[in-house]
Amino acid sequence: MIKFILYRLFISLFVIVGASIISFALISIVPGNSAESILSAELANDPKLEEVRFFMEKHGLHNTFLIQLSQWLKMLLKCNLGTSLRTGESVLIEFCSRFPATLELAVSSTLLAVIAALPLGILSAVKHNSLIDHISRIVSLWGVSMPNFWLALLLIWIFGVVLGLLPTYGYGEIKHLVLPAVTLGTGMSAILMRLQRASILEVLNKNYIRTARAKGLNEWSVIGKHAFKNTLIPVATTIGTQLAHLLSGVVIVEQIFAWPGIGHFLVDSINTKDFPVIQGFVLIIAFFYVCINLAVDIFYALFDPRIRYGGRN
Amino acid sequence: MIEIADELKKDRLASIGAAALFLLILTAVLAPYIAPYDPIDLKLEDRLLSPSIKHPMGTDSVGRDVLSRIIYGTRFSLLIGAAVVILETLLGIIVGSAAGYLGKVVDEILMRIVDILMAFPGIVLSLAIVGLMGSSLLNLMIALISVGWVRYARILRGAILSIKEEGFIESAKAIGCSKIYIVIRHILPNILSPIVVLATMNMGTIIISIAGLSFLGLGVQPPAPEWGVMLNEGKPFMESNPHLMLFPGLMIMITVMSFNFLGDGLRDILDIRMKKRVEY
Repeated sequence: MIKFILYRLFISLFVIVGASIISFALISIVPGNSAESILSAELANDPKLEEVRFFMEKHGLHNTFLIQLSQWLKMLLKCNLGTSLRTGESVLIEFCSRFPATLELAVSSTLLAVIAALPLGILSAVKHNSLIDHISRIVSLWGVSMPNFWLALLLIWIFGVVLGLLPTYGYGEIKHLVLPAVTLGTGMSAILMRLQRASILEVLNKNYIRTARAKGLNEWSVIGKHAFKNTLIPVATTIGTQLAHLLSGVVIVEQIFAWPGIGHFLVDSINTKDFPVIQGFVLIIAFFYVCINLAVDIFYALFDPRIRYGGRN
Repeated sequence: MIEIADELKKDRLASIGAAALFLLILTAVLAPYIAPYDPIDLKLEDRLLSPSIKHPMGTDSVGRDVLSRIIYGTRFSLLIGAAVVILETLLGIIVGSAAGYLGKVVDEILMRIVDILMAFPGIVLSLAIVGLMGSSLLNLMIALISVGWVRYARILRGAILSIKEEGFIESAKAIGCSKIYIVIRHILPNILSPIVVLATMNMGTIIISIAGLSFLGLGVQPPAPEWGVMLNEGKPFMESNPHLMLFPGLMIMITVMSFNFLGDGLRDILDIRMKKRVEY
């Protein structure tokens, strides 16, 4: 067990180091002279030669790739991700000040998805091959096929413009949270619903369910106590990975609802080629993603006695 | 193949998906013949017309016929999507089979690269790549492919490891077949079904990414009649002319749903067939 956890920790660390090299290398794909294109994106006209030279000196862009890379890694070790070209603030501070808004959105979408998906998934499994089951299959395939940016526009149109019930953008009150959370929750609940359905179906064939039924337990306690409990582990782990995935889902949705989170700031920074922010945010998002996946894996191994990872694979 | 098609007919959702895809492909091929107007020709006197007989989906803010733009838009989604999926699959096959078949150091290095690329969720890395390289169709494709191939590589490697030790591979080796010949002639046909399912389901995700990045202004550029571009152009006119954002979104949804219906059905059928093969 400990061996498995240590091995996963080591792999995760390796992946994070690799991810930081990739996020650094993003600067080298800017076409032509990177300093010149960044400056012209920032100043909105062609920069002078001295300005370019000064910019390159300031950000160490005149060095070779390897020297720049080692400087970047040294900076990372001190938890320094550089400063934003646009705001002049440290990238880490920019991230931390916007992260709570994103977290709020991600957690509420997840809650909505769980509340909607679990009962429907169970119902659809219990009433296997009935009309309810078919409808829920269609609805969940619809949910994964729905582009979230279009769903966002539709919700804004219906609830904001036509009905005038909810504000279409902004941040601060519960009513601002509803539309973006529903947008992000829809796709996630579709995935969770299918998983919940499949897991219940799988469990229902097991002997302990037959025993429970033979004992004369009523159907609700068979499903609720015996079947549902045994599906909790795969469902809980999927909720974890989906929550991590929301970190990328928020990018477009935050932009549409003008939600002041990390996704919105990242897109704005991409439009102005604010490269320290792009590198830093991409790396922090990857870091979170890897950590959540690591936690999920360890949780899985700890709580499911059927799974015992021995060393590799 | 015929067997699979027969079984697909029994699955109603998969049949609907296949039929819808057939119509969409037909629309893309015949676009110049069925589109009533030119998709990028400006006609300012006809701007922002509501749907009518003359313009069944209305016109946009510079007087272009929305129906014609929607029709030409199928070309963008299907062609770019197919190109991205095919290139991702090829790259995945090459890397995955190299890792699975050669094993040892090659496997270790390639799979660690895959691990690292998988650390970036969803479209975050593609977004950064296309944003820094500059928005264009080619850069959009590069950004999607450079991130997307890893899932194919991983599945390919797993599949190859699972059949590498089978008797028919051993006998091919024994009669002196080359490694590349064995992979192409004996291994690939046997692991085709998971690749086909993954590629079909993946088409949906890729079409959403193409439209999403273009919606943000980071992919296909205006005035091209791409659905994401059209959504972005229609957004400011939501109050007065909601049809400008309804139709392009609807098309994205229908296209993605068709791929998912088909993929879902294919997976059910091929899964059962694989289980059968194991049982016998």
